[in-house]
Amino acid sequence: MIEIKGLQKSFDDLKVLDNIDLTIEDGEIYGLVGKSGAGKSTLLRCINGLEQYSAGSLKIDGVEIKALSRKELRTFRKGVSMIFQHFPMLTRKTVYENIAFPMRCWKYDRQVIDKRVKELAELVGISEKLYQRPGQLSGGQKQRIAIARALTMEPKILLSDEATSALDPVTTRSILQLLRDINEKLGITIIVVTHQMSVIKDVCEKVALLEAGELVVSGPVDELFMYQPEELKTFLGEEKFHAGSSGINIQVMLSDQDMSKNILSRMSRELDLDFTIVNSEMERYRDKYLGYLVLNFSEQYKSKVEDYLDQNKIIWRYYQMNKEEGLCQDS
Amino acid sequence: MSGFLTEYQMNFWERILAPAFAATIQMVIITTILGTFFGFFVAVILLVTDKDGIHPNRFIYGLFNFIVNVIRSFPFLILMIFLLPFTKLIAGTSIGVRAAVVPLIVSATAFIAKLIVNAMQEVDKGLVEAMKSFGISEVQVVFRVMFSEALPSIISGVILAMVAILGSTAMAGAMGAGGIGSVAITYGYQKFNKVVMVLTAGILIVFVQLIEMIGKWVYRKMK
Repeated sequence: MIEIKGLQKSFDDLKVLDNIDLTIEDGEIYGLVGKSGAGKSTLLRCINGLEQYSAGSLKIDGVEIKALSRKELRTFRKGVSMIFQHFPMLTRKTVYENIAFPMRCWKYDRQVIDKRVKELAELVGISEKLYQRPGQLSGGQKQRIAIARALTMEPKILLSDEATSALDPVTTRSILQLLRDINEKLGITIIVVTHQMSVIKDVCEKVALLEAGELVVSGPVDELFMYQPEELKTFLGEEKFHAGSSGINIQVMLSDQDMSKNILSRMSRELDLDFTIVNSEMERYRDKYLGYLVLNFSEQYKSKVEDYLDQNKIIWRYYQMNKEEGLCQDS
Repeated sequence: MSGFLTEYQMNFWERILAPAFAATIQMVIITTILGTFFGFFVAVILLVTDKDGIHPNRFIYGLFNFIVNVIRSFPFLILMIFLLPFTKLIAGTSIGVRAAVVPLIVSATAFIAKLIVNAMQEVDKGLVEAMKSFGISEVQVVFRVMFSEALPSIISGVILAMVAILGSTAMAGAMGAGGIGSVAITYGYQKFNKVVMVLTAGILIVFVQLIEMIGKWVYRKMK
């Protein structure tokens, strides 16, 4: 478990991280999202001690990172691996040697190295490329090598710093799928730093949004997208859309199960309610599909609908009309 | 051969040019090897004590950086004169190959040290950071990562230095070091012998080409 409390860091006068509180449970895939310069990469580097924090506490399984000596920090880093945006490699060495390198530096037994390199190459799907040079391979393949290399020390935590930002959408998907497989098969906690929302939606269970060094909002990904707190909207860019000009607008979030229960048509029948769907969106979070629908109906049904939705444990909220523009904005 | 060349020409080749050529090769090789050896140590000191290095030390870094820069800013001829007392102390003489090699090595050390530092600082910072993130020690990062990655450009830098050293040996010739350069000055320039001038220049050109060719081959092998 990673416990971060009141974490602060500044470069000279510039505050890079300000009073960060964050808890990441074992086995989670946690996303850190924000604009460039928001401090997310710095926060990530505090977790493996590549950056030092000036105040506050950062504990991994109860161990305060700042209190570790230089030597202890090196050993500790075996348990916290990292992958990077530009997948740096030893250009003069083969793929095999690249994966083996951290173990060679830690003087692992030759047979252990050979066995593990081959296992990991199999896991990430680059077994046929082992004796080529990284320079001959594509970005996606290099990132796979980097992932294999990061797993050689059998870490408990894997830090990913914009690992898919330099890759095309299809390759990004496959790398993210690989990260999820690793999370499931090996139970490794993964912390993903990214500026791409799609990455968060694809792999993360929870997410924290950073802005100018502050953690502005955090929580489970699907809920955050439903409630769309002000800070998230600013990050995503405000969305305006047309909605019913009279009556009330309610947004509901429907999971796959809700949809299979035909919840909306049942509500319509049971409450004798006529409504119009004025906006709808389907989003995928990991394996879940979630529908966001905005319903417009007459004012008189307001309390009945509220009760019905609450009884069925549907997450909902009001949309407010902006009269002048005739547009609907989040309340 | 003897039908083609006159006896004087044969004598000139055997007595003057061939030994001069041997002396030049000797100076270039000794200087390159020892200059690289010392240059490497100086480079490591600079890298380690640099403000981003393993053990930043402003005093040691400043001192070595200053000395390296001072040596590099001297024209070789002047450096040689400046170092005469030091040369006499080390080599016991101030003429001949033995003496010439001392300022040559001093100059080459500074040049090669700077080359190695630059080549190693060119190594991808991201790679260095990645290696640190695996808990690899800083000493290993310097030698097994940075040095190993920079090796091809260090080699091509040393080849560049070799050509510069060859140029300096010709100047050392002016100080009685012997070698091709001294032949060009004594027999070509001072005796107004155009043939000797052209011949020595030709030998130097071939020599430089040879160094470049070997260098390119090694670089390609290393990369």
